[in-house]
Amino acid sequence: MPTIFIDNLPYEVKEGKNLLETCLSLGFDLPYFCWHPAMGSVGACRQCAVKIFKDENDSTGRIMMSCMEAVKEGLRLSIADPTARAFRKQNIEWLMTNHPHDCPVCDEGGSCHLQDMTVMTGHDYRRYTFKKRTHVNQYLGPLLNHEMNRCIQCYRCVRFYREYAGGTDLNVFGAHHHVYFGREKDGVLESPFSGNLAEVCPTGVFTDKTLKQHYTRKWDLTSAPSICQHCSMGCNIIAGERYGKLRCIVNRYNSDVNGYFICDKGRYGYEFVNSVSRIAEPLIRNQPVEAVNETALMRHLEGLVTQFPLVGIGSPRASMESNFALMELVGKENFFQGTNDDQAYLERRMVEMLQQDGLPGVSLKAIENADAVLILGEDIWNTAPMMALAVRQSVMKTAADQAVQQSSLANWHDAAIKELVQDKKGFLANITVADAPLNKLATISAQDCPDNIARLGFAIAQVLHPVLPPVSGIPENDLQKIQLIATALQKAERPVIITGSSSCSETVIKAAYNIVQSLRATGKDAGISFVFPECNSMGLALMNVPSLENALERIRTNSDCTVIVLENDIFRHIVPEKADMFLSRCKHLVVMDSLHNRTTEKAHVLIPSATFAEADGTLVNNEGRAQHYYQVYMPFNPHIKESWKWLDKIKKLKTPSAGRSALHPDECLAELESVLPQFENITGVMPSHQFRINGQSIPREPHRYSGRTAMRAHIAVSEAKPLQDGDSPLTYTMEGYPGIPPESLTPFFWSPGWNSGQAVNKYQQETGGALRNENPGVMLFKHNKDHIGKFITDYPDPFTPIPGKYLLLPQHQLFGSEEMSAYSETLSELIPDMVIALSGNDAKTLGVTDGAMIAIEKNEFSYPLPLKIRNDLKSGIVLVPAGYQAMPYFPWGSWVKLRV
Amino acid sequence: MWLVFLHLFHKRETIQYPEEKVKLFPRWRGRIVLTKDPDGGERCVGCYLCAAACPVDCIALQATEDENGRRYPEFFRINFSRCIFCGFCEEACPTYAIQLIPDFEMGEYNRQNLVFEKEDLLINSEGKYPGYNFYKVAGIDAGIKGKGQGENELPAVDTKSLLP
Ligand code: SF4
Ligand code: SF4
Ligand code: SF4
Ligand code: SF4
Ligand code: FES
Repeated sequence: MPTIFIDNLPYEVKEGKNLLETCLSLGFDLPYFCWHPAMGSVGACRQCAVKIFKDENDSTGRIMMSCMEAVKEGLRLSIADPTARAFRKQNIEWLMTNHPHDCPVCDEGGSCHLQDMTVMTGHDYRRYTFKKRTHVNQYLGPLLNHEMNRCIQCYRCVRFYREYAGGTDLNVFGAHHHVYFGREKDGVLESPFSGNLAEVCPTGVFTDKTLKQHYTRKWDLTSAPSICQHCSMGCNIIAGERYGKLRCIVNRYNSDVNGYFICDKGRYGYEFVNSVSRIAEPLIRNQPVEAVNETALMRHLEGLVTQFPLVGIGSPRASMESNFALMELVGKENFFQGTNDDQAYLERRMVEMLQQDGLPGVSLKAIENADAVLILGEDIWNTAPMMALAVRQSVMKTAADQAVQQSSLANWHDAAIKELVQDKKGFLANITVADAPLNKLATISAQDCPDNIARLGFAIAQVLHPVLPPVSGIPENDLQKIQLIATALQKAERPVIITGSSSCSETVIKAAYNIVQSLRATGKDAGISFVFPECNSMGLALMNVPSLENALERIRTNSDCTVIVLENDIFRHIVPEKADMFLSRCKHLVVMDSLHNRTTEKAHVLIPSATFAEADGTLVNNEGRAQHYYQVYMPFNPHIKESWKWLDKIKKLKTPSAGRSALHPDECLAELESVLPQFENITGVMPSHQFRINGQSIPREPHRYSGRTAMRAHIAVSEAKPLQDGDSPLTYTMEGYPGIPPESLTPFFWSPGWNSGQAVNKYQQETGGALRNENPGVMLFKHNKDHIGKFITDYPDPFTPIPGKYLLLPQHQLFGSEEMSAYSETLSELIPDMVIALSGNDAKTLGVTDGAMIAIEKNEFSYPLPLKIRNDLKSGIVLVPAGYQAMPYFPWGSWVKLRV
Repeated sequence: MWLVFLHLFHKRETIQYPEEKVKLFPRWRGRIVLTKDPDGGERCVGCYLCAAACPVDCIALQATEDENGRRYPEFFRINFSRCIFCGFCEEACPTYAIQLIPDFEMGEYNRQNLVFEKEDLLINSEGKYPGYNFYKVAGIDAGIKGKGQGENELPAVDTKSLLP
């Protein structure tokens, strides 16, 4: 480790870093704008100036940009040097000559990096008396507000949008001090990562438009660490509340999972929490007054749970705590997964592969660092957006690493590396059912039917591991592809294979399995990542209970049951006729949920559940990483409770003498661990609810939180005692431990002088690295390096279309397919139209053209949709958007008829 | 005793309040009001700075916007039973909206009546600082002036031009 001297004091620092990140890692305050830990340095803003000296006798030194200088043994620099300081101050003064007088009405204010840096450099008085340059703004869609006057030309936005996230419709226009950052003309930003601009831009040019509708400053938010609920990636987020409404979601750094960014579904999907269709009171239907209070509800439920056998339906979007509480209430033999047979089976298979066959599941970080990626049958752009972003980083980084090896450049030298790389790319093979956005990046891409994708995969595995039986009948033009992919995987040091359940095909998953095992058999450190459909699908699958169809069977044989459905719209999991039959046969149907849906409509008893923002809970993400989310605020409405709390109360009705039952989430998890050993160590996701630091809890509110004695004064002027939930070490006040709390308990990033999200620097062991005392979640799978499970040799036959029939497959859409985010008003504007897609050939055979209404039919199921011809599709497949709110569950993965 | 006797001939300090009113100066820090700008629009832009500055946290508000993007408080509440009339809010206010005025006669029998809402706070005057309209000097276009039309602004940039 080299030693450098900063203001004449020696420090041992890490090699290969630039001086800016080194100084920040050491805890110095050094202003910067254009450098970003995830994007490297370009030296554009001239803000990070320091003085560098030749040797200890040099007293003149020269001013250099610290972000562009590498650490060298014995290097001497000064941050405090008066000329360096004056330079930095002058730089801000220049930036400010054109900066508008906007702070009071700027949404960035209070979490503005420019404000922080201005204060840090000491610039406080405007001397420039000339006029300011101004810009007109653009309409950029419902997600981001644009206020171009505030731009300081740091170029972070375009570097993120174009280079990091691969977007094309944001750019820089104009010349000299007229440069303009925006779109060619007004229009909705296309990238699903555009929301990150609100955090990447150090000023208020790009701000969260949904926050603007109920604007609150960062210092006024009650925040808690949370986990995104909108896909299986489990990105870490911070959710903020004010006056009983959820106000915004921002990224929470986790070095293993989402790093510095989240996708737009995660950032803007939160609006469902504030939705008007929230279930507000317990209802007992079919009586004169349906809305009841808790006492009446409990009295009613007492009869239902004591006199009838119970059946419980779990949910892939409910927390571990809630699913487990339901299982405890109804008994394991009466507890069913809320997903259908096919889905449950696929998920079970993926879990087994990770659990028993030693497949090494990898994190998003590991995907970023992979040097070859193969995707089989999963459109991750739409089903796991942050994984797509990670794959993009892998492709870019691999190319950059190769370029860097031939030169002496450090890997943070962003602009120089981009020059060197040009448009070279790392290896990505994307084999999907339909054309996918990631194909732009792919070395090899292909579209085929699931069985053919699987055959391709098996053939790749066979090339990698020739002892496997060959796959017969592979078409000539695929052979070359197979060879190329196999060679690339073989050459790579850290190949990753990605697949998932969205192609509804077990064979695809098996093929991915064979490839990873083949690579491992040849001594490669290969990884796999399975994409699951929902935020806790993995957790539910790990519970290993029968599927929804089994519950149906149970009800068919004994309809005299009380069925409790936990946070689950079963119309999303089975076809309507089956769902209707199921619900109508329940003697008593108790449904707990947060929003009204088709299942809650049918409920006899409806119980209002808390959403993630009002609840504590644990989710297991796609790699088997358990992570805890904390309650952000207690709902004003006393009827709204966490499902596991309701279930706990109901359990007391059934067995009043049941002794101690778990009251806090950490106790629930401890019980879960003792009952289901596959969840071993899950208690490690959170400290005990009694955990305190020097006897102090951790405040959810910053110390500048305002309005404490006025917010509720219109209701009652005497202030009530601060709320207490007691479920976690977090409190609902601004008093408590003022320092940096343990990582998983970080309610917001703030540090003196660092009000914006950039304060995360101070929470990291080194910039861009792990957080101090990082607890990136508990991994539930123990990867056994030496165990390589059996190979699979029952290859599927090639796909042969059945005349008159079509294989129905889901097209997942980033916005619209996931249940809860579709309730977000803002995102609902961006949901693509409902269409049914067929190949050109099939359309010709049917004699139809674009826009024709075609009904999908199977048994009694029939659903008409307008046609869209897609030439990327193989004949014999029909593709329909999955999971749209108004649409029923389709019999995915089965053969259907089409009626014109 | 002699001293006490002498005081009989001094000018009296006691004021016969309430018959006789106290003489207060313009900068006296009493009841808080929200003022209007010269054009009669609400001056407060809902920036939350007064609330943040308040040492007893007795100001609560919610910002909202009209169709032109002009920001104003949806509600604005001061709990005068907590207010210590320190004037920090006035000092923090970037728009001269919130001002302390020379009036202390706010006694109430019921503490709840000391909770003032925006309707109670808003006055139809510019108060101590006439002539200032924040939206005229800010960079945003909130329906008061267009982009590049402020006194201190150059016309909006034409990004298609390469001229210096
Ligand atoms: S970007 Fe920052 S400094 Fe500029 S107006 Fe907004 S809050 Fe103020
Ligand atoms: S818009 Fe923001 S990120 Fe982009 S150059 Fe301007 S200040 Fe930097
Ligand atoms: S990738 Fe998934 S978990 Fe991550 S932010 Fe997006 S929706 Fe949420
Ligand atoms: S400081 Fe002034 S402008 Fe800002 S919220 Fe308070 S009264 Fe309104
Ligand atoms: S951060 Fe170093 S020049 Fe911008």
